[in-house]
Amino acid sequence: MPEADSNAQTIAHSDAMIEIIGMHKWYGTFHVLKDINLTVNRGERIVVCGPSGSGKSTLIRCFNRLEEHQRGKILVEGMELTSETKKIETIRREVGMVFQHFNLFPHLTVLENCCLAPIWVGKQSRRDAEKAATRFLERVKIGDQAKKYPGQLSGGQQQRVAIARSLCMNPKIMLFDEPTSALDPEMIKEVLDVMVDLAEEGMTMVCVTHEMGFAKKVADRVIFMDEGQIVESNAPGEFFDNPQNERTKLFLSQILDH
Amino acid sequence: MHEFEKHPDLPPPTSQMGVVGWLRKNLFSSIPNSIMTVIALYLLYLTIPAMVEWALINADWVGSSREACSSDGACWVFIYARINQFLYGFYPVEEQWRVNLGAAIFVVSLLLLVIRGVPGKAWIGGFTLLIFPVIAFFLFSGGIFGLEKISTSNWGGLMLTLILSTVGIVAALPFGILLALGRRSDMPIVRALCVSYIELWRGVPLITVLFMASVMLPLFLPSGVNFDKLLRALVGIALFQSAYVAEVVRGGLQAIAKGQSEAAASLGLNYRKTMALIVLPQALKVVIPGLVVTFIELFKDTTLVSIISLFDLLGIVQSALTDPSWLGFAIEGYVFAGLLYWVFCFGMSRYSMHLERRFETGHKGS
Repeated sequence: MPEADSNAQTIAHSDAMIEIIGMHKWYGTFHVLKDINLTVNRGERIVVCGPSGSGKSTLIRCFNRLEEHQRGKILVEGMELTSETKKIETIRREVGMVFQHFNLFPHLTVLENCCLAPIWVGKQSRRDAEKAATRFLERVKIGDQAKKYPGQLSGGQQQRVAIARSLCMNPKIMLFDEPTSALDPEMIKEVLDVMVDLAEEGMTMVCVTHEMGFAKKVADRVIFMDEGQIVESNAPGEFFDNPQNERTKLFLSQILDH
Repeated sequence: MHEFEKHPDLPPPTSQMGVVGWLRKNLFSSIPNSIMTVIALYLLYLTIPAMVEWALINADWVGSSREACSSDGACWVFIYARINQFLYGFYPVEEQWRVNLGAAIFVVSLLLLVIRGVPGKAWIGGFTLLIFPVIAFFLFSGGIFGLEKISTSNWGGLMLTLILSTVGIVAALPFGILLALGRRSDMPIVRALCVSYIELWRGVPLITVLFMASVMLPLFLPSGVNFDKLLRALVGIALFQSAYVAEVVRGGLQAIAKGQSEAAASLGLNYRKTMALIVLPQALKVVIPGLVVTFIELFKDTTLVSIISLFDLLGIVQSALTDPSWLGFAIEGYVFAGLLYWVFCFGMSRYSMHLERRFETGHKGS
């Protein structure tokens, strides 16, 4: 399947948000990502899954250059990611990211967490930033906790704040790096609900997750990775009911059969 | 089968509460603990009454010469007679209002900075850090605006101790933070420079630094170029102290999880803003106790300037002890100096504990 993808991608697609062409990455001598070709279109929801160590987190961390790739091209909105600092900062403003461990700023209140980047990066006035932040906090159903510190919230609440914090920069695409893996089972649903809402509003999303229910519900495409390569990429119906690759079948049987 | 029923909250057993409960739990919980308690009480009984008797009950408080000290208690008359010198060194008495004024401005701006809810802290902080040192310098040394010129060799006592330590602390903190950031830099040259600087200064005792600044440096400078001795000591102390501050701050930087700067970066913050807004506030909070330790050490280490014949508080007390008309009151002199040092160090330590509590937001960086 990836071979079929790669042909069309040399020409910039008007609808392409992120284009990755023949990308490789090494950690030292360890080849983590091998010949990745992937296009994320505007409004598309992609779920990336695969066994741990398969490179899925590394892949999406390359999208905003939290990780550096060594070969190939990554284009975000037609702009190529290079080591140029200004360009990286511009791209990061457009790309929101939610982390497995939330990474909220513990010394700032929930509201300050959300306003920080709009004020210091987006050059908004404090008033405008707070108004927008309050709106986003209400959207993730946490408006009443704005004055609290992250340490006073539950994991699920913290992750919803983290989503709101990203949304405050009005990103064009949201990356989710295992957003529910560090949560207690009771809190997974509240975070997934927010993500489903976001998907239904048309946000472009790439989610690394093992929540197959979420994938079935909202994903346009499911990508399966193993050993640094994209093994299979298909619509969720096809992907779950009719996996092509033996490795995918094995993975699915292991996570779906209890 | 039992029906599930919610169990009500009950108060703890009475033997755990009140004075008796506290004593049993803390002082007599086991046989070794009880033995320790008894020994400690006995030692207190041996020392405290004798001390109180010497320092307070049998002490001589009033008078102007050693003849007033006839009892076998402490002779606080000695301190009283010499207090002016202990506080100001050889600063002329009729000009001491300048020192008091400077100290008053400093104390007021510090209070304004420390008290919560005072508006315009950025301005007050800027004034204290940038404008006040200039004012204080001209106020203390004079030679301008019709103020009599007073050489720094006349500065001494508590005044000199406070000048040395505040300048040392205030100059070393920003420089130390930059060194710590430099030591963690991605650029090998910057990192190598910072590492060598830090390791060089940390490997040398302060007394050597002061000696070099005072005796060796003039040998290397062209003749005619001469810096004030106090200034040389200040620069030496600041350079020395910044290496220590750098290592403490580096510890704090390492304690902040990588996810924090990644989250800041993913929001589009550049390196400078990430450090200033996200990483340093958390790192400095973590290292408050360590920073205060180095500041307290510096405060006490300023006594070493006596090696280059600057008379700080301890130096001036010691020189007063050799005055033939007041021989034999060394204990009083050292107790007084020790008490003053203790007051300042204890104050710093309490304030640091207060800061730790104030910045507590119930969460370590994840």
